[in-house]
Amino acid sequence: MSVPTGPRIITSRFDLADGHTYAGYLRTGGYASLRKAVGTMTPQQVHDEVKAAEIQGRGGAGFPAGTKWGFLPAGVFPRYLVINGDESEPGTYKDRMLMERDPHQLIEGIVIACYALNASQAFLYVRGEMAHAQERLAQALNDAYANNMVGKNICGSTFSVDITLTWGAGAYIVGEETALIESLEGERGMPRLKPPFFPAVKGLYMQPTIVNNVETLANVPYIVGKGGGDFKSIGAPTSTGMRMFAVSGHVNKPGVFEVPNGVTTFRMLFEAPEYCGGVRNGGTIKAFIPGGASAMWFFPEHLDMALDKPTVDKAGSMLGSGAIVAMDQTTDMVAACWRIVRFFARESCGKCTPCREGTTWLERVLKRMLDGHGRAEDIDLLFEVSESISPGIAWPPRQTTICPLGPSAVSPIASAVRRFRHEFEHYIEHGRPIDGVVSPFVTHAASHA
Amino acid sequence: MSRLSDERVALAREIIGRFPRKKSALIPLLHLAQEQDGYVAQDAMVHIAELLDLAPAEVYGTASFYEMFKFHPVGKYCINICTNISCQLVGAWNLLHHAEERLGIKSGGTTDDGLFTIEDVECIAACTEAPALQVNYRYRYKVTPDSFDSLIEELESGELQGEIPPHGTLGAVRQITTAAWSNRGIEDQAKVDSR
Repeated sequence: MSVPTGPRIITSRFDLADGHTYAGYLRTGGYASLRKAVGTMTPQQVHDEVKAAEIQGRGGAGFPAGTKWGFLPAGVFPRYLVINGDESEPGTYKDRMLMERDPHQLIEGIVIACYALNASQAFLYVRGEMAHAQERLAQALNDAYANNMVGKNICGSTFSVDITLTWGAGAYIVGEETALIESLEGERGMPRLKPPFFPAVKGLYMQPTIVNNVETLANVPYIVGKGGGDFKSIGAPTSTGMRMFAVSGHVNKPGVFEVPNGVTTFRMLFEAPEYCGGVRNGGTIKAFIPGGASAMWFFPEHLDMALDKPTVDKAGSMLGSGAIVAMDQTTDMVAACWRIVRFFARESCGKCTPCREGTTWLERVLKRMLDGHGRAEDIDLLFEVSESISPGIAWPPRQTTICPLGPSAVSPIASAVRRFRHEFEHYIEHGRPIDGVVSPFVTHAASHA
Repeated sequence: MSRLSDERVALAREIIGRFPRKKSALIPLLHLAQEQDGYVAQDAMVHIAELLDLAPAEVYGTASFYEMFKFHPVGKYCINICTNISCQLVGAWNLLHHAEERLGIKSGGTTDDGLFTIEDVECIAACTEAPALQVNYRYRYKVTPDSFDSLIEELESGELQGEIPPHGTLGAVRQITTAAWSNRGIEDQAKVDSR
């Protein structure tokens, strides 16, 4: 199977022993784009390149970054850039890698973005649990400050901006941009209602704020260095550039890959020797998650679909945060569904009743099925509760909540129950999975048998 | 336990100085408290409230939202075993059950000698390296029951002391404020706030 190839843009230093150091970064062309931007370009020109690149945000929603930047109201200051490094969507593993292995690339992207936006300050918010990423970024920032790449009069120009490194303390919901802003203000991480609190208009300290994902900004040095047109020529016109995908679950070689966006297919990722090298034990795919735990699941008939945003959206799911989880024919779908729902039940911030109560009920109903206490009416009950969180249970989801966390808990239910209803019914009737699937709750003793 | 030490108060003031508004430093200061005592002590929260001009209840109100902050002593080594989907698919529950049996505690519990706490946690962003765990937020990948046992032995013998500091300490390197700091955002926000 031949796979489309492209330049390694943001993972180019991952194999270098010193790619994370200031010296290593400089030696491999680092900070040249920043010098170019502040030395030879106007902020508008930088913004135009990012717009021309048509880079879609890599955090989950896939909104074009250049367009987002354009939402800042003219003439309102101070304005801020907030970098979302709170990577926590189950299955997602790429921002942590970018922060640990190439922190200067991210810092360069941040400073260039601040220049384009005329931001007064940037706040780099890293997930609390990522100690190594925090120390790599702290060291990189200290070195960048010492070398005049951040702070006063950057690279001898008149442009000054600070980057404040900070981190959370364990809360998935803080990955939602308005919750992140709340957390940055020292509050409980509960999302704000949009409107009126669109960050670009009323964000951090009620000032205009752009919130960008780590991977999105890591691409900015390349875009400014080579030009937006160059970036756009990679991948598909509808999904430009290179993009990182983490493929985990039942494959031979799980891994994180930077692939041409929009043209690589799910099958290539699962089967090609360059990527995962096939399903484990020569098995077959029963279902897979195309874009993180919040996404609707895909099935074998979707394998030849390209990882292209409009194509995947149209098929009823999303590429989200680039988290692909493969499940082979032995997977217990009731257990898989329950585990994802438990995640959302645990991580609900509690602000909206349908989510706070609904996700908890969904989790309990699924748990009692797994425990052998399922009731005949439970499948209908799952849909009834789901309906109250996300009316219509469709894609894209409607919501009775402020943010999409509640509806996200409905995705695994809509996916798994609709497709594998017999597995749920079997659990209700017999208290155990159907023949041929393996419960993940094997005992310690069994594993040694 | 205790209020923040003088050294940590100095650090706290430096951190506060990097934000346009004081309350933004709340979570970083709570981490300083947890680093000092291994958990967030009540006296430390009162002290943080004084440093940020907040009521102690506001400090606790924010702190109690976040999973990582502990309000009672936990083990010197907090072992967080991920059981989320990617890890569940390749044996996370088996690993968790093994860990519970090996240490004689249930998830959420602490061993009598105060050395270990285990928790069944949500995704820790190591999905391609499943099943994964963290010890005081330092990763271990593709963990098997056997490699878990070796990890426990190494932690007990003190072999990993250099690599894995006691619970509460995160990154070993801190951001520092130098003369190169521009202060632009703080000054700009102060102008707006004073109107």
